[in-house]
Amino acid sequence: MGGWALAVHGGAGVDPNLPPHRQEQAKQLLTRCLNLGISALRSNASAIDVVELVVRELETDPLFNSGRGSALTEKGTVEMEASIMDGSKRRCGAVSGLTTVKNPISLARLVMDKSPHSYLAFNGAEEFARQQGVEVVENEYFITPENVGMLKLAKEANTILFDYRIPTAGYDSCGVGAESPLQMNGLPISVYAPETVGCVVVDKEGRCAAATSTGGLMNKKSGRIGDSPLIGAGTYACGVCGVSCTGEGEAIIRGTLAREVAAVMEYKGLSLQQAVDFVIKHRLDEGKAGLIAVSNTGDVAYGFNCNAMFRGCATEDGFMEVGIWD
Amino acid sequence: MGWAIALHGGAGDIPLSLPPERRQPREEALRHCLHIGVEGLKAKLPPLDVVERVVRELENIPQFNAGKGSVLTSKGTVEMEASIMDGTTMNCGAVSGLTTVVNAVSLARLVMEKTPHIYLAFDGAEEFARQQGVETLHSSHFITAENIERLKQAIEANRVQIDYTQPIQNDTKKETAIANGDSQIGTVGCVAVDGNGNLASATSTGGLVNKMVGRIGDTPVIGAGTYADTRCAVSATGKGEAIIRGTVARDVAALMEFKGLSLEEAATCVVHERTPKGTVGLVAVSAKGEVAMPFNTTGMFRACATEDGYSEISIWPAATKFE
Repeated sequence: MGGWALAVHGGAGVDPNLPPHRQEQAKQLLTRCLNLGISALRSNASAIDVVELVVRELETDPLFNSGRGSALTEKGTVEMEASIMDGSKRRCGAVSGLTTVKNPISLARLVMDKSPHSYLAFNGAEEFARQQGVEVVENEYFITPENVGMLKLAKEANTILFDYRIPTAGYDSCGVGAESPLQMNGLPISVYAPETVGCVVVDKEGRCAAATSTGGLMNKKSGRIGDSPLIGAGTYACGVCGVSCTGEGEAIIRGTLAREVAAVMEYKGLSLQQAVDFVIKHRLDEGKAGLIAVSNTGDVAYGFNCNAMFRGCATEDGFMEVGIWD
Repeated sequence: MGWAIALHGGAGDIPLSLPPERRQPREEALRHCLHIGVEGLKAKLPPLDVVERVVRELENIPQFNAGKGSVLTSKGTVEMEASIMDGTTMNCGAVSGLTTVVNAVSLARLVMEKTPHIYLAFDGAEEFARQQGVETLHSSHFITAENIERLKQAIEANRVQIDYTQPIQNDTKKETAIANGDSQIGTVGCVAVDGNGNLASATSTGGLVNKMVGRIGDTPVIGAGTYADTRCAVSATGKGEAIIRGTVARDVAALMEFKGLSLEEAATCVVHERTPKGTVGLVAVSAKGEVAMPFNTTGMFRACATEDGYSEISIWPAATKFE
């Protein structure tokens, strides 16, 4: 192949009963984001600029779980996190615990470009945001009535996560029986908010980049950090590929999922699709997750081991696809 | 086969001219911690318990950059972070932004075992610490005179932006922070394997001298500073930003897994071929009971022991054998 390519996602794990109009909205948003990215790539924008641009759009739209529309902490507040990585020199930037920054991915980029560090969080990150003069708003801006409702349901579902390795005695029952409905991260799928948005791009020069952004897990403890801001877990980009993951954060962290795609390409000589398939199959144990990836040779691929993933991809030769289900 | 353990007290630009009064307490501390770890393995404690115990000990020792003795942020405060990983189950826990918790590594373990999450930070982590009733002390407990001095030097030497390419100041009659704000003492960590091939890793730190408030390094990032699976356990130290982008700890395991390299080959490759000179050191053990402790910095405070009776406590490249 060769030429530019991009992919976007709006989260892995989707309620099979998601109403058709919501599915349609999601597809439209994904399409809009792809078009934004395609436009930029046609104007010779670099991969790192395109991933930021696309994820900003996803953050600003309240539909998915990032920026506005983020899932809520157990306290009913929003704490956002994001990371971005530039494959050409493997520079990276990440942020966690943001409460007022309108576009977390842009702050992550500033951490990468304008600070001596790779990762800033909570008060320190908010302070940096003000020093950099990024747009800040009240925490309420990010909270949608829909998510307020979801939080209530999540609390009612008594969501203490099952850990297969820990005996359940002493833990409250999750209220689901042996024939439990679809679950992710211990939440019934109907209240589990697909966790994350992301974008991966390879530009005309073969440079790869990746970006991921999220509000995190519905009903999470304040201070909880997931996979999205962790380089190697939720986001990774190097000379051969760019990867963004979504799904059960714990599984993605343990499996160092994003990094694995690059590792098997490099160390086992797998192609991008082979690498994606391998990682989804072998690095997830019982965990549920998905990912999108591009290679420096212009390939694009995605994979997931759960029931669905909001995604879209496009390549320079005119291919374009948006999907949800398997 | 057999058990093995390795631990470190940080890799960095440790000057060869380090005077005895600064060197000996650290060597003694390494010996003490090694002993604790070895006794634990001999008593057949799970490696996860052993690495936690050893790192707790290292955190309590003020000469190392973790727990008490943590280096200071640009505001003169302490923000500690740690992570722990159990290679057999691949369970892990991490914490960042702690200001009052005496043993960050133990809180990381509690996150792993008592919450549905892997990683808690800042206020949320401190709140969790109180819920769990772990030992906390006023943050002044962690601050040492040495680190106040380090911060002062780093601030004086700083330009507007911390510049990693600045040359080392010649004014190093003390073992102090070099001009770029780095501490020469990076982190503490421990890896262990028992006779059955169960592996575990733990790492803990105060971070970088003069770091921005809220800065998170490699130490709590699984795959960067800490990693363990059924092949090996790794704990890294050095320049956090380099370890993060190099996913150093996971890279050792990945090379073993996907390229069939031995522990020694994989560790050497990552440190000497895949990360920039002067940035990284690590300790690693394999399921077979092997040990590797490569570093591409001037030195790394380290110690190791294996069941066949070998033990070592060293700082610079030439290994010095002790009883």
